[in-house]
Amino acid sequence: MRVRLRVNGAERQVDVEPRVTLLDALREVIGLTGTKKGCDRGECGACTVHVNGRRIDACMTLAVMHEGDEITTIEGLDHPVQRAFLEHDAFQCGFCTPGQLMSAAACLAEGHTGSDAEIREWMSGNTCRCAAYPHIVAAVREVAGRA
Amino acid sequence: MTARTRVDGWAKVTGAARYAADHRLDNLAHAVLVTSTVPAGRIAELDVTEAERAPGALAVITHRNAPRLSPAGDFYVQTVLPLQDDLIRYEGEPVAVVVADRLERAGEAAALVRVTYETAPATVELDDALPDAYRLGAYFEPITSSVGDVAAGLERADVVVERTYTTAARHHSTMEPSATLAEWRDGMLTLYDATQGVFNVRDAVCAALDLPADRVRVIAEYVGGGFGCKGFVWPHQLIAPMAARTVGGAVKLVLTRAQTFTSHGYQPPTRQTVTLGAARDGRLTAIRHTSVNSTSTYADHLEMAAICSRAMYACPAIETDHLLAPVSTVLPTPMRAPSDGPGMVALESAMDELAYELDIDPVELRLRNYAERDPTKGRPFSSKALRACYAEGARRFGWADRPMRPGALRDGNDLVGWGMASATMATFAAPASARVSIDADGRVLVEAGSQEIGTGTRTVLCQLAAEALGCPPERVTIRLGDTTLPPTGMTAGSSTTMSVGSAVQLAARSLRTKLASMALAEGDAPAELARLDGDALVVEGAPRTPLRELIGDDPVGAEASWSPSTADVSMHTFGAVFAEVRIDADLCLPRVSRLVGVYSAGRIVNPLTARSQMIGGMTWGIGQALLERSPVDRRLGRFVNKNLAGYLVPVNADVPELDASFVDEHDEHAGTVGGRGIGELGAVGVGPAIANAVFHATGTRIRGLPIAPETLLRGDGDGRD
Repeated sequence: MRVRLRVNGAERQVDVEPRVTLLDALREVIGLTGTKKGCDRGECGACTVHVNGRRIDACMTLAVMHEGDEITTIEGLDHPVQRAFLEHDAFQCGFCTPGQLMSAAACLAEGHTGSDAEIREWMSGNTCRCAAYPHIVAAVREVAGRA
Repeated sequence: MTARTRVDGWAKVTGAARYAADHRLDNLAHAVLVTSTVPAGRIAELDVTEAERAPGALAVITHRNAPRLSPAGDFYVQTVLPLQDDLIRYEGEPVAVVVADRLERAGEAAALVRVTYETAPATVELDDALPDAYRLGAYFEPITSSVGDVAAGLERADVVVERTYTTAARHHSTMEPSATLAEWRDGMLTLYDATQGVFNVRDAVCAALDLPADRVRVIAEYVGGGFGCKGFVWPHQLIAPMAARTVGGAVKLVLTRAQTFTSHGYQPPTRQTVTLGAARDGRLTAIRHTSVNSTSTYADHLEMAAICSRAMYACPAIETDHLLAPVSTVLPTPMRAPSDGPGMVALESAMDELAYELDIDPVELRLRNYAERDPTKGRPFSSKALRACYAEGARRFGWADRPMRPGALRDGNDLVGWGMASATMATFAAPASARVSIDADGRVLVEAGSQEIGTGTRTVLCQLAAEALGCPPERVTIRLGDTTLPPTGMTAGSSTTMSVGSAVQLAARSLRTKLASMALAEGDAPAELARLDGDALVVEGAPRTPLRELIGDDPVGAEASWSPSTADVSMHTFGAVFAEVRIDADLCLPRVSRLVGVYSAGRIVNPLTARSQMIGGMTWGIGQALLERSPVDRRLGRFVNKNLAGYLVPVNADVPELDASFVDEHDEHAGTVGGRGIGELGAVGVGPAIANAVFHATGTRIRGLPIAPETLLRGDGDGRD
């Protein structure tokens, strides 16, 4: 099936079977490999992208459901939280980082940053096995202006 | 030294960092494994007709048509070559690989492979295998040890504590599932692999596929976490090149999350018995520590849990012993803080029990048994500042205010407990080599085969090279993760900074000698004479020389190797960990509210990335204590929770602010760097500190990790797995 997506501001026509997830379409068809596959079943958050401004797990939705949708991946993100992650060393191996950043940018936009506990709760859909969690909280807190 | 943000950090925050499965190759086909659903027996029927006819299918490889493989060498510890016979040794063993033009088609075709099994009786639970336990002949350290007379020491003791402790089977659960891309092109095999050891993979693939080393190249530019499961070589790393050779092109094989529970090793469960004899004043008279862990039926992995007791406390009589019990699972493998990690759960829980038997403060008990020398090897430690760790940790935590009595602290409906434990980790090092070169503009290139798995290797090597050359780190570029670069060991055993770091420093030093000699136009000028100043070289006794005058179009380089010395010292890292837990009195749900770790590890090259290592390790300790277990089902013969909803790893909301710090120290035996490895140390001691804190909160003694709410509700801490 042909589906028209807007990915990082650019129009993309892709030809995919209906069973192809948005994640596989991004990685294997469009070639945007910044979005990661950690579990392929919505448990780890490594594939988090923005669809029309909302954060979702790209492995839990099909590409054909997103005709005309505005999709932002890590390659299209330009947000101060990226520099904050770098400065606070909010990652180690970096594999979960694209998903963490997409979540962090959304978490900030949602305003779920009133306290460290709130940030922790709203960033808990993204697993980091290197466990940079306190540094992730510090980075989000700083961008939220509570540093 | 100075904190520096990661030199590869920008690539990681923009999605530019390429992990194995991110490489884009022409006409890339996708491979999907079909794995056994029973733990033991043989394949009865295998029908691939439908799979072969599926849309897009390019090849279906089973034991019937797979190329014959040759023994794959030492690092292929699995020992059983994949797809070579019809025997089943564990649930999850590969029985077929399906290659198709698209990922979803490969997945569909894989589902069409029909397999039935003749099942054989299988033991999968460690407790059931104990009657078959055996002792290995040799391992990286002696299997048994004995100094002094333990029986006499126990006889003489005023108090004897003898307890059995259990730790659970656990899985590494890297965020990046293992992945191998294999490409055959013009007689060359190139692998893009998620590995902690590119040279191991190359050697195993060369041996298995009968290829010379110069025809196989393994690349691991970025690795999405390892923690041990990407150290040795596992079946998929031989299957991907086999599939690529069969289809004559490029094949990508990525494990599913479920397959990561059976397609490489896991941390085996242990049963450990610790016997401590002590005089009334707390001084130990005897230590006996024995451990048994499960291994597979076809190869051995020993978790040397009792080695920590050989070096931890001053005691005239110490005995240790290790046994293996075979079960029908995939072969276990080292996992972050192997041996000392599970071992210190037992020793440090037993020390807490002894502290309560004697009514001596747990920190004081440890100080009374402080080892100034390795009590088993009889050697001095290379460097040890553990006394300072206890003092600083206690101060930061506020330990002096702790009431000894359990159940004495309460905050509303929360039972509050304070516990502590020591940490120690054996230090590993491996031979390493590196090349450092400089061009006419003063740009430095450091090359070593070693891998970046998240530990900050690029950043630390950049700092060490810059320091050794006397140039700003901004001038230095690091190339890693490629078998065409100078050989190094695995990124494992917390060995990289000391091993590869020393090789880089030696190569940088050799480059300075070379430059000084060129500037002075005489042979072997001392390296100390030369230092870099921007794009010029300053040499004592010679005019400032622009590099452009010394270096032509080709950069000038030097290569060096470093090997661990056999110096007569015992080398370990140490630490003191203090934990506060809060437990809802009705729900018995334990939560860690504070954690303080103070560590003795020699010189710390980069405090920023080192802190990340320590808080990461400490969080692994929270997982070990409260969340992580991989139970097996006796009837089905398999792990029952093969996903991240069933296998719980800590998430952000599980982790409080963590207080991690180091004692200022330089270890002159730790290579040219002066620092021992820290990648695993943080994951040691946290588990028992939390278990001891739970005892302090509730009065329920914990003897099995992880600690489940139902265990506390029952009021017995013997755990389960």
